[in-house]
Amino acid sequence: MSKAISAAPSFSVEKDGTNVRLALSGAWTISASRALEKTAAALSTAAKGAGQVQIDCAGISRLDTAGAWMIDKARAQIAEAGAAPSYAALTPDQKTLIGEAAYYPPSEAKPSNPHPLLCLLADLGKSTVGIGQEIYGGVAFLGEVVSTGVKVLFNFKLARPTAFVSHIEAFGLRSVPIIVTINFLVGCIVAQQGLFQLNRFGASILAVDLLGVLILREMGVLLTSIMIAGRSGSAITAEIGSMKMHEEIDALKVMGLTPMDVLVLPRLMALIVALPLLTFLGDMAALLGGMLTAWGYGGINPIAFGAELKTAIGVNTFMVGIIKAPFMALVIGMVAAMEGFKVQGSAESLGRQVTDSVVIAIFMVIFMDGLFAIFFASIKY
Amino acid sequence: MDEAIKQNDKPPIIRVRDLYVGFGQKMILKGLDLDVRAGEVMGFVGGSGQGKSVLTRTILGLTPKKSGLIEVFDEKLDDLSRADYLILERRWGVLFQGGALFSSLTVRQNIQVPMREYLQLTQETMDELAMLKLKLVGLPPDAAEKFPSELSGGMIKRAALARALSLDPELLFLDEPTSGLDPISAAEFDDLISTLQKTLGLSVFMVTHDLDSLYSICDTIAALADGKVIACGPMSTMLASDHPWLRAYFHGKRSRSIVKSEAKASDGQA
Repeated sequence: MSKAISAAPSFSVEKDGTNVRLALSGAWTISASRALEKTAAALSTAAKGAGQVQIDCAGISRLDTAGAWMIDKARAQIAEAGAAPSYAALTPDQKTLIGEAAYYPPSEAKPSNPHPLLCLLADLGKSTVGIGQEIYGGVAFLGEVVSTGVKVLFNFKLARPTAFVSHIEAFGLRSVPIIVTINFLVGCIVAQQGLFQLNRFGASILAVDLLGVLILREMGVLLTSIMIAGRSGSAITAEIGSMKMHEEIDALKVMGLTPMDVLVLPRLMALIVALPLLTFLGDMAALLGGMLTAWGYGGINPIAFGAELKTAIGVNTFMVGIIKAPFMALVIGMVAAMEGFKVQGSAESLGRQVTDSVVIAIFMVIFMDGLFAIFFASIKY
Repeated sequence: MDEAIKQNDKPPIIRVRDLYVGFGQKMILKGLDLDVRAGEVMGFVGGSGQGKSVLTRTILGLTPKKSGLIEVFDEKLDDLSRADYLILERRWGVLFQGGALFSSLTVRQNIQVPMREYLQLTQETMDELAMLKLKLVGLPPDAAEKFPSELSGGMIKRAALARALSLDPELLFLDEPTSGLDPISAAEFDDLISTLQKTLGLSVFMVTHDLDSLYSICDTIAALADGKVIACGPMSTMLASDHPWLRAYFHGKRSRSIVKSEAKASDGQA
């Protein structure tokens, strides 16, 4: 690029009474960026109070639409100030460019924003209605799931065993390492804290009771559900959402297939089967972690650990955790599918729904756990 | 055709020599040579899967090449430093087939992305320039605040073109600009590209299957087959070629009306 072509935009002013001649030079292109803006703004200032203004374009080495727009904007401003601007020495190319990029006044100002307090109230109202609709949508979705489930139960040909098995693999088998590891670690931590705190009362053996009850009733299923909400719930939302974005859901519908049958039910069933199994594995891993910690850190050997555990827990302790698992799975799967169907056209919307799916699913898991705690306490199980 | 011959004297804005591109064991482009001259509209045709998009992507630096030389604006792309390459990239604009508008930004913000990244302009100026680009591509002002998901296919193409023109590029890459448009919109789009090319002095590299576009706005046509450019020249060269693929392409059922009108026009001239 030669120097003349890349020179910054500039101009010189020649005054003759009320007549002003603005001789432009340099490259009036967008790559000059701020310099272009400033020089163009200076044009109209330079012509202040003039009668006839001649804009001489002979010295312009390069012009693009941005430059043409800026020059023509300055011309419009000069005209507005009461002077009579005109172009001189335009090449045909420059003429077409200025014609193409002719200045026009900006459209009417946007409507002013309403009062902030009003916005706040409107927002509050909107989100309240939104929550209501969400709950209504959730109940409707549950109804649809149940009715589809019953339909499949009576007409087993509609079931999709292949999809079901493949989802079991994705949600169940592939989750085993992370679920086992995380539960093992939490088992270690709970045992260590139990031993450490109860040791002060000389009751360190009770740490085994604490571990058994806490893990089997609450922690095992809770940790597993939260991990699955993050791992599989997000995957379900992203899959269904991306299918929605690419009209694949619509393609299913026009082929006479319902997304509920084809997409949602196999995933839900797979989750409902996989989550109790994972919870069981998680429970065992946590107990193993606790046992090893008790042995290494608290000096409680596995035989003593086993004997104490046997007195502390019963089948019911174990069942409380396992009974909860399918319900957690149902909630996670339903939230994930619902959020997936809510995805609109944009990538941003997909991201938002996946986040929502995980957050709502984890919240619902903890909320349900609370309800179950009340329920089991009141039936004394 | 005089005009085309005249333009052929201009220096090439894109020069590709002996280009080899492939994936794994399979070579897509085998020793491809191509010149796109400054100020011309080059239409690039070829069968599906022949590597038209691969060539475009290789020139744009999105697909790595095995060997060969690519020069754009007289600069060897391989020799450029990272900083120089960034400067060079500002001199071309690309219209992707699906528009590739950022779906989380409005049309106005989409157009302003390159300005915001590369230039120090005030928001007011950027808004004005965005509106100007919208006007240039023939979109109504109220499209500015819409999101891509709210636009029709034709509007997406126009908005994407406005974004490609954001920095006033000298070279425009168009990947099937008229695919998915109805014939009327496609013709309008052709006119738009032609007008912009003339007023802004653009060079255009256009991958297309649209025989009408090829006929109405392309100065030169290059045809790709077997990993090479098998013919390059104005429409008359294509029509006169004996290559079986070109004969099938330009003398097939779908091209009949165009060939006829071409024949008539040349009869008239004679």
